[in-house]
Amino acid sequence: MKSQASDAELLRDFDRGSQRALARAISRAESGRGGELVRALYPKTGRAMTIGLTGPPGVGKSTLASGLVRKARALRRSVGVVSVDPSSPFSHGALLGDRIRLNEHFTDERVFIRSMASRGHLGGLAGATGDAVLMMDAFGLDVVLIETVGVGQSEVAIAELAQTTLVALQPGSGDSIQVLKAGIMEIADVFVVNKADHPMANQLRREIRSMMEMLQWPGWVPELVTTQALAGDGIDDLWAAVERHVAYLNETGEIEQRRREAFIHQVRQLALGQLERRLDHALREDARDDVDPYEAADRILSSF
Amino acid sequence: MKNTVNDRPLRVVIAKAGLDGHDRGAKVIARALRDAGMEVVYTGLFQTPEQIVQTAIQEDADGIGLSILSGAHMTLFPLVVEQLRAQDAGDIVFFGGGTIPAEDAQQLRELGVREIFTPGAPLQDIIDFVRRECGKRRALVG
Ligand code: B12
Ligand SMILES: Nc1nc2c(ncn2[C@@H]2O[C@H](COP(=O)(O)OP(=O)(O)OP(=O)(O)O)[C@@H](O)[C@H]2O)c(=O)[nH]1
Ligand SMILES: [Mg+2]
Repeated sequence: MKSQASDAELLRDFDRGSQRALARAISRAESGRGGELVRALYPKTGRAMTIGLTGPPGVGKSTLASGLVRKARALRRSVGVVSVDPSSPFSHGALLGDRIRLNEHFTDERVFIRSMASRGHLGGLAGATGDAVLMMDAFGLDVVLIETVGVGQSEVAIAELAQTTLVALQPGSGDSIQVLKAGIMEIADVFVVNKADHPMANQLRREIRSMMEMLQWPGWVPELVTTQALAGDGIDDLWAAVERHVAYLNETGEIEQRRREAFIHQVRQLALGQLERRLDHALREDARDDVDPYEAADRILSSF
Repeated sequence: MKNTVNDRPLRVVIAKAGLDGHDRGAKVIARALRDAGMEVVYTGLFQTPEQIVQTAIQEDADGIGLSILSGAHMTLFPLVVEQLRAQDAGDIVFFGGGTIPAEDAQQLRELGVREIFTPGAPLQDIIDFVRRECGKRRALVG
């Protein structure tokens, strides 16, 4: 694979279980050239358990991910991790540091970790995150963990992509309270109060409970788990909560709905990307400025 | 430096190996490369050559930059070169820096380390080097 491999060559190595081929395939998706690969791999998807991990910056998402990987490996399941960090809007570069917390798993052959820069994509994920998850699934990884960028309040795309969404919060942090007040509350399948060693952990638990009481939960009622990810405490409880949620999804058939949401999420990403390119093109071509902006927008849209 | 989906930024792994706790230089380099528009994966301290190469493969990195100020460079650099060969990953550009005497640096270049930067090396030279060499790898591999 020294020179540019064709999609067919890449797929052949992918099927043989080559991590390099998976890595290359994800890069191809990141370049917007993953279409043929996803098309070929799609029939092999749908097996993986997908877990989303979100929450404010520094709450311990990567450390929790590492704990969950350890747990999954103890259960002999293979694991993929996609960690998204923000790109600089100025240089477009990025410092991807989530791996640091995952280093005990670097040489485990059944763990595949990929860092991703958001590349200006909003919503806490990158444009190619969905493709990366599909590819890891098709590669045969049993569990796929998706860590979002440290989110503020409105980034909820992860709930569409993952079957189970974990929202991590930490005691004594204004950020966590803001998150609770905003829409992120509604996407949690499991709340994780991390950094239980902090003296205000119990207060945060109470706060989450009282927030939950104000909402209606027609189906699944989010669980609340307390962890100390750095010490590995509470990870068994967290895993058990995830398994209960997955069992719930399967028993009620909601799993199909989640799959459909993930599907729609991805279709929307793709369609938006293409629309954006066509729009940019149309805007360049149609330079008339003798009409009002509404008229101009209508005209461009009706030409699609 | 336009950031469209089709020109993916260069990706570089910056690594610290062995028992070396000097991370200032590695972080300076990581930041400089990020500010030059690259995606930089930082491994953290105390990595083994296996961990570093495995990281670069999974991240589909165009290059690995290893920082060593502990004096163990004549052991660790060759081990990474060996690991890259063993994993058939010789296309990944391997370079580094730290407190490395000139004669050692020369020997490491002969062993297959593409370039060594020592204290005082201008960041712009490092950026130019990475752009050029990793850019070639990218053009080849896609
Ligand atoms: C600051 C410093 C420390 C700090 C480190 C803080 C930190 N978190 O980084 C502290 C006080 C903790 C420290 C501790 C020790 N230190 Co000290 N330390 C230094 C010192 C004075 C400066 C290093 C530095 O940060 N420079 C600034 C950065 C920006 O420069 P840089 O790392 O060299 O990077 C430049 C280039 O080398 C290159 N580069 C470096 N890495 C990379 C990577 C890539 C990919 C690229 C492209 C380029 C590149 O580009 C950079 C920009 O030009 C050096 C002396 C010196 N002249 O270097 C000693 C020095 C490195 N330390 C030394 C020693 C012995 C120690 C201790 C063992 C002391 C002790 N007995 O306790 C401990 C070991 C700690 C440990 N766990 O490893 C020795 C190492 C001797 C050797 N190589 O054989 C040195 C050389 C001092 C000496 N002359 O004896 N140290
Ligand atoms: N005290 C304490 N610190 C923790 C715990 N879990 C994680 N940390 C620390 O919190 C810091 C941030 O942890 P990360 O796992 O990097 O957090 P993150 O949410 O992934 O951060 P971003 O990806 O930057 O948003 C690190 O210094 C961890 O060591 C815990 O249970 N208790
Ligand atoms: Mg993280």
